[in-house]
Amino acid sequence: MNYMIEMFNVWKTYPNGVYALRGINIKIDKGEFVYVVGPSGAGKSTFIKLMYREERLTKGKIFVNGFNVERLKERQIPQLRRNIGVIFQDYRLLPNLNVYENVSFAMEVIEAPKKTIKKRVPEVLELVGLKDKMAALPNQLSGGEQQRVAIARALVNNPAVIIADEPTGNLDPETSWEIMELFEKINFRGTTIVMATHNKEIVDTMKKRVIVIKDGKVTRDEYRGGYSYED
Amino acid sequence: MRIRTFGRHLKEGTKNIVRNGWMTFAAVSAVTVTLLILGVFLVLAMNINHIAEVIENQVEITVELDLSIEESQISPIEDQIRNIDGVKSVVFVSKEEGLEQLKERFGEDAYLLEGLEEENPLNDIFIVKAYKPENIDYIAKEITKIDLVTGVDYGKTTVDKLFAVTRWIRHIGLIFVVGLSFTAMFLIANTIKITIYARKREIEIMKLVGATNWFIRWPFFVEGTLLGILGSLVPIVLIVFGYEFLLEKLNSNLTLSFFQLLPLYPLAYQISILLVSIGVFIGVWGSMMSVHRFLKI
Ligand SMILES: Nc1ncnc2c1ncn2[C@@H]1O[C@H](COP(=O)(O)OP(=O)(O)OP(=O)(O)O)[C@@H](O)[C@H]1O
Ligand SMILES: [Mg+2]
Repeated sequence: MNYMIEMFNVWKTYPNGVYALRGINIKIDKGEFVYVVGPSGAGKSTFIKLMYREERLTKGKIFVNGFNVERLKERQIPQLRRNIGVIFQDYRLLPNLNVYENVSFAMEVIEAPKKTIKKRVPEVLELVGLKDKMAALPNQLSGGEQQRVAIARALVNNPAVIIADEPTGNLDPETSWEIMELFEKINFRGTTIVMATHNKEIVDTMKKRVIVIKDGKVTRDEYRGGYSYED
Repeated sequence: MRIRTFGRHLKEGTKNIVRNGWMTFAAVSAVTVTLLILGVFLVLAMNINHIAEVIENQVEITVELDLSIEESQISPIEDQIRNIDGVKSVVFVSKEEGLEQLKERFGEDAYLLEGLEEENPLNDIFIVKAYKPENIDYIAKEITKIDLVTGVDYGKTTVDKLFAVTRWIRHIGLIFVVGLSFTAMFLIANTIKITIYARKREIEIMKLVGATNWFIRWPFFVEGTLLGILGSLVPIVLIVFGYEFLLEKLNSNLTLSFFQLLPLYPLAYQISILLVSIGVFIGVWGSMMSVHRFLKI
């Protein structure tokens, strides 16, 4: 059985001596929707950064969609990242590019054929509900709309997995819900989703798999779980 | 690489040059000054080398023989000289021949020498040439040891001075050029760093969605190359035209025309190619210096 993400006894110590992760073991199936919760500083962001190798692990093994992440050579990392769509709390859009260009940018820089780009970008923008705002610049959009653009950008190259670090952290509750519905839709179409979040209400309502990380360890891993990590 | 991709890199690289106008100007000026000085030193050094070579190859030793020498003693001495290592040719010039040559040189004033045949004041001499100019010193010393040799003369001091000057010019030139090259590289690196800072978010996203390092590097590579090429234009024009002007001046002035300077071609091509290459090298090096750190994301 091939998992989308596997971690075996993963440790991460930052150069300043902080033990961010201490022996994580986790398996995430293809097509799963997983919440990662835990107190601030628990190691959630670190957990996510290791998957697309923004940070390197100190000990252990990580597999993402068949890639042995730690063993990849520098020049193989782009291949790994083309399998992963990453989304952040602060959207990270390019302010000088409009909605369409922000999304097509992600295809251009991996040298996708022009035809494919022309066909694919409107498709994804339609999926995230921004088809009629293609010419708008990021600063002409609401926070929720900006996050939709970021999601479209993460999706446009058809990644096998989407990882999101607090994607609703800057949004009001109602907009957060809309974004969550969008993630559900994307997951329903087959994309694996791993999301770190502090949003208790959403986690409790959605009844998905919940991984709780505390002090760099997995303290709970439940299907159809809730947010609470205070035992 | 696809042609479209290459076009994109070219466009991005050029855009940055225009966008950072003042920094571009500073970096290009630095390259210009560096290459101008480098070029002048190169032309100077190449010509001094050339002149030194010409003079070196003309260097010969004049060996004066004792006035009282007998004819039978001459050929043993010639053999002795021939046997010295590095001797290329030995030519005997008797005092009579010497006088003839002197008269020829005097031309119309040769009458001044009338009557000297009776009591020729000249010595018999040998003219000795060496295979290599470096051996002249040694050969001259060996000849001095031979009996009946009263004097050995060659343009030692001229040659030594010339060598010293060449050496100095090379050293000073090298120091200047290395120092200036680093300054230019540093300025180019800084110019490109500004571009990179301005495009930090862009690079971050490129890395995130899986652009290759070379895809990210290329526009900066282009920018560095262009800065180098731009910086080499003014020096090439100034040096080539300046040199042409100098040659014209020298050739129209007879007293200076014994300075056999190198002809304009192929020197102009050599200098141009060299300066463009060094400009590009400085530019590329500078840009790679600043991109390197940013790719470690
Ligand atoms: N680059 C870094 N260098 C040093 N220490 C770091 C670095 N990044 C994170 N840490 C430390 O590692 C620990 C885990 O941080 P991490 O960002 O993974 O927590 P988190 O669970 O995402 O927190 P939050 O919910 O506040 O985002 C913290 O103690 C943090 O200070
Ligand atoms: Mg975090």
